[in-house]
Amino acid sequence: MSNENKQVKHVTMVGDRTIPPKDARFISIYIMGQRYKVPETLTIVKAMEYAGYQFKRGCGCRGGICGACGTFYRVLGDHNIYTGLACQTVVQPDMILAQTPFFPPNRADHIGLLKSKLPPDEQIATLYPEIFRCVGCGTCTRTCPMGIDVMNYIAFFKRGDVLGGAKESFDCIMCGLCVVRCPANITQMKVGMAGRRIAATRLIPSSAVTRKRAEQVRAGRYEKMLSELGQMDKEKLKEIYVSREREPNLSQPGEWMPKDQSHL
Amino acid sequence: MSDGYTPEMLDLIKRVEASRPQRLAEARAGNDFPAMSLDQRQEVLNQFHPDYTTEGRRSLGIGPNQKEVLPEELVDLLESRSLIESVKPDLSKPDMETDVLVIGGGGAGTTAALTAIQAGCKVILATKLRQGDSNTVMAEGGIQAADQEPDSPYYHYLDVIGGGHFSNTHELVAALANDAPMIMEWLESLGVMFDKHPDGRMKVRHGGGTCRKRMHSSGDMTGAEIMRVLRDESRNHDDQIKILAFSPAIELLLDEEGNCAGAIVNNMETRTYLIIKAKTTIIATGGTGRLHYRGFACTNHYGATGDGIVMAYRAGAKLCFMDSVQYHPTGTAYPEQNVGLLVTEKVRGLGAQLLNIDGEQFVFPLEPRDVESSAIIRECLNLDKGITTPSGRPGVWLDSPMIDLLHGEGTVKRELPAKYIQFQRFGIDIAKVPMLVYPTLHYQNGGIWIDEHSRTNIPNLFAAGETSGGVHGRNRLMGNSLLDILVFGRRAGLAATKAVKNEVKQGTLSLDHVYHYGKTLVESGLDRGMKSPMILPNYAIDEVKNRRWDVQSPII
Repeated sequence: MSNENKQVKHVTMVGDRTIPPKDARFISIYIMGQRYKVPETLTIVKAMEYAGYQFKRGCGCRGGICGACGTFYRVLGDHNIYTGLACQTVVQPDMILAQTPFFPPNRADHIGLLKSKLPPDEQIATLYPEIFRCVGCGTCTRTCPMGIDVMNYIAFFKRGDVLGGAKESFDCIMCGLCVVRCPANITQMKVGMAGRRIAATRLIPSSAVTRKRAEQVRAGRYEKMLSELGQMDKEKLKEIYVSREREPNLSQPGEWMPKDQSHL
Repeated sequence: MSDGYTPEMLDLIKRVEASRPQRLAEARAGNDFPAMSLDQRQEVLNQFHPDYTTEGRRSLGIGPNQKEVLPEELVDLLESRSLIESVKPDLSKPDMETDVLVIGGGGAGTTAALTAIQAGCKVILATKLRQGDSNTVMAEGGIQAADQEPDSPYYHYLDVIGGGHFSNTHELVAALANDAPMIMEWLESLGVMFDKHPDGRMKVRHGGGTCRKRMHSSGDMTGAEIMRVLRDESRNHDDQIKILAFSPAIELLLDEEGNCAGAIVNNMETRTYLIIKAKTTIIATGGTGRLHYRGFACTNHYGATGDGIVMAYRAGAKLCFMDSVQYHPTGTAYPEQNVGLLVTEKVRGLGAQLLNIDGEQFVFPLEPRDVESSAIIRECLNLDKGITTPSGRPGVWLDSPMIDLLHGEGTVKRELPAKYIQFQRFGIDIAKVPMLVYPTLHYQNGGIWIDEHSRTNIPNLFAAGETSGGVHGRNRLMGNSLLDILVFGRRAGLAATKAVKNEVKQGTLSLDHVYHYGKTLVESGLDRGMKSPMILPNYAIDEVKNRRWDVQSPII
């Protein structure tokens, strides 16, 4: 590459700070009742930061997976309550925002969860008997920002199908918006949490190969091999690295074995 | 559906569409854009990888890593003074005392806490945001562990150290690979729902740079599933693990012999400080993505501001590999709402190509991450062939519609469901129109120096997870960071417990190291009146900032 090409173009690089385009249209939103002008197309999180808020609560991964920024909102002239994650929902004109940075959810003591003598379905019923008060209104399902059929997973648990409830609730990010809205005061996210842990330990078989390998590690099987690698000179190490056999992409579990089995 | 793009951008997309039939024919014939030679790789790295260029870096003027050339944003924080230096608090009456103080409530911190209580230690876990607010929850792809028959920790070790260009610390890699199967067994026993075959065997896949299939997953939210189980478990032990949320530590305490003896914690909501005396202290505060080195966007959690590194350094902890950062080649550059969010490597694995403003390919899509990133930066900043977004950000096209054309209609929706929805929300159908991408800050390869027991060079101070360095060397492979936080979180918990059982010596609490550090900064002319740690990123626009007259306050 020639030297005259070395000039580096200067562009705006400002991390996560919002840069509104020159011809950006501004809209009014109401943050907890106060009116602010913000550029359209921003998410609620970025619009609030644009307005001058610095989050302590109500902001987390900013990518829709941590559940920190559950938000309720209405739009002027519309009687409905809407929900969304502030980091994933774009502002609209006349939006009235209220974040729910915290809500006191009922959490049963899960300490005996994995050692209980009760059958799994009775465990859930004992920990969270309030699930039987579900009135079937479906507000939880309509509230969920992840599109989970929340009422359906509660129904699974009511029927005693703990594995079904565990699978149905798997995408839960525990934002708690359903809990805030439930007229029967059910803490859906905690019921799902308990259900998944019970299912994973009591209803889904454990991995025998994993337990066997962990046992081999504890017995010290690999310590000598690893320490030999540590003493090896870099060239030798590179040689071994480059010549290692690669498992085929489409091999079935437990089917393919390498030619060199001296370090397994 | 493509109304998410501006008319100008839609015009440019026509060039992408014009070159597509030819590219498709070439791809079907198996003719890839040529990969770079080793020399070409080195050249583009040297000129354009942020780690290799001198721009945006300067020599650190203080402390154990003095004279190392590091990212300026980090040097700024390390050459800053303490928030409480001028207060000189009375340390004679600690507000709380504990066996183990864990700083940070992500995967590493929570694992350390759970491990420490097994031996009967009392734990305080202080975290800046909520417990679980961390990069841990954002890890989508999986966790590596050599538990299958054709695999072993020996091969896992080789993959890790080869991926790290043989720069990794041997003892740490050995610990990582060897502990992994035990970690998987432990997670399973706690009730983590891994993807499994009907007989209970965990499903495994290859990751970049692996010779055996050992990537375990829980859907595409592996980290979130692990974190919510660990958090649930720690809440079962709230008699032994006291959680202080929204309470970042802002300074470590030492005793007169230089042993770590606790920390000062700030309740962000009441703006009060607490003195916590601890026999042992574990730093698990994660990485530094939110420092936005050189203005890069990042994939990191809101809290990733490197607080632990700053306070440990002030207390005399050695750092390592701090000049090495992983830039993921394909972060979202448009729409503005998604800026920085990760576009997984899988998109290129499925056949999407990178294109410049003329719709031309300029790089083989699956070069190593650092090389790929450098090539994109060169295309935009040096060759001026990038696309500029309405907000002024640079980017190149990632031609995702190639995927359905190569593998059949519906492949994008099926293989990339979360990504599809993320763009669809903003009027962009990635099965029909390309995405705009640019490299994004992803992972801090370096950190606080530790040995294989997670010990730092300061007695009774331990570190685990992204805040520590050495295990990944200069480049980390996918699936080893979730493993890292669990392996070294557990090891930190064990080592701290051992120290407590051996009745650590503890003298009088002191902040002399902080005062001395401040004095050194002033004497060496480095003091610019800045304070650290950063605690929270500040994304206010200039107009707002100018109206904040008390600019010294890091917290509003």
